[in-house]
Amino acid sequence: MIHHLVLRIVAKLLVPFILLFALYVQFHGEYSPGGGFQAGVIFAAGFILYGLIYGVDQYRQVISPDWLRRMAALGVLLYIGVGLTTLLMGGNFLDYDVLADHAIQGQHMGILLVELGVGITVATVMMSLFMMFAKP
Amino acid sequence: MSDLYVDMSVITLLAVTAVAINNIRNLFATAMLSGIFSLLSAALFVSMDAVDVAFTEAAVGAGIATILFLGALMATGHGRSAPVKDSKFALLLVVITGAVLIYGTLDIPHYGDPSAPVHQHVNPYYIEQTRIAIDIPNAVTAVLASFRGYDTMGEVVVIFTAGIGVLLLLGRVGRSTASKGKGRS
Repeated sequence: MIHHLVLRIVAKLLVPFILLFALYVQFHGEYSPGGGFQAGVIFAAGFILYGLIYGVDQYRQVISPDWLRRMAALGVLLYIGVGLTTLLMGGNFLDYDVLADHAIQGQHMGILLVELGVGITVATVMMSLFMMFAKP
Repeated sequence: MSDLYVDMSVITLLAVTAVAINNIRNLFATAMLSGIFSLLSAALFVSMDAVDVAFTEAAVGAGIATILFLGALMATGHGRSAPVKDSKFALLLVVITGAVLIYGTLDIPHYGDPSAPVHQHVNPYYIEQTRIAIDIPNAVTAVLASFRGYDTMGEVVVIFTAGIGVLLLLGRVGRSTASKGKGRS
């Protein structure tokens, strides 16, 4: 894998665009197809492409397995945290209406945060799956 | 009408791919063909106007799943699956199951039928309330993240649990190198 010059250059050029596209899918999910799940997978695919071309050792230098596990837990906690926040603010669990002064604004904020939690968990779980499979 | 031709050709290609996956013994080719199968399914979903599902199928099925197959192939080093003896009984079983499934589809409503039960239950409420209560254009996101937010939370927990499971099975973190050989078996 070391000597594939064309692959290495193309991957290096593509990775930033893949990550940017993932962020677009993440934060534009309310207006177009997509959302946290798809964005997370695409974001992970960008990193995994890098890992496939440059090797797992270098992939591990970019992101540590430890950090990945923490982020995976953080995504779930963010999701549940939004639910608990709405509970504390006087609404039902995951009732975003109470998050802001205006109910619709609260819904937008809640959906954005929840989707972010989904995206973080999916991306980091996929990235650590690849790490586990690539070098058991 | 052209929709029908597109659907028919995609379904034909799906069937051809499925037969090829079944017959080919080279595991690399099988992994690639399963990616193609997912991509064709995604095309079918697009033609059925289910863009969000198609997006997920393309990203997960054709993208990540194929990469994980390749990773597993690289890790195990097996290039070919063991030859399987064709069994008449298995063929009979598959044909009977397929026939039963097709018989089952005769009873379900036609595709896009507005009087189908699925369009009568909570769907009208979701479509109406997406505009009023949530005010975002993508109703799928509204259903996923807000109306059925509790379900989606479960899904995220499932993904997290799956990740933890793989970490426990394959992860080497915190394990001494001496137990490496033992853990592999």
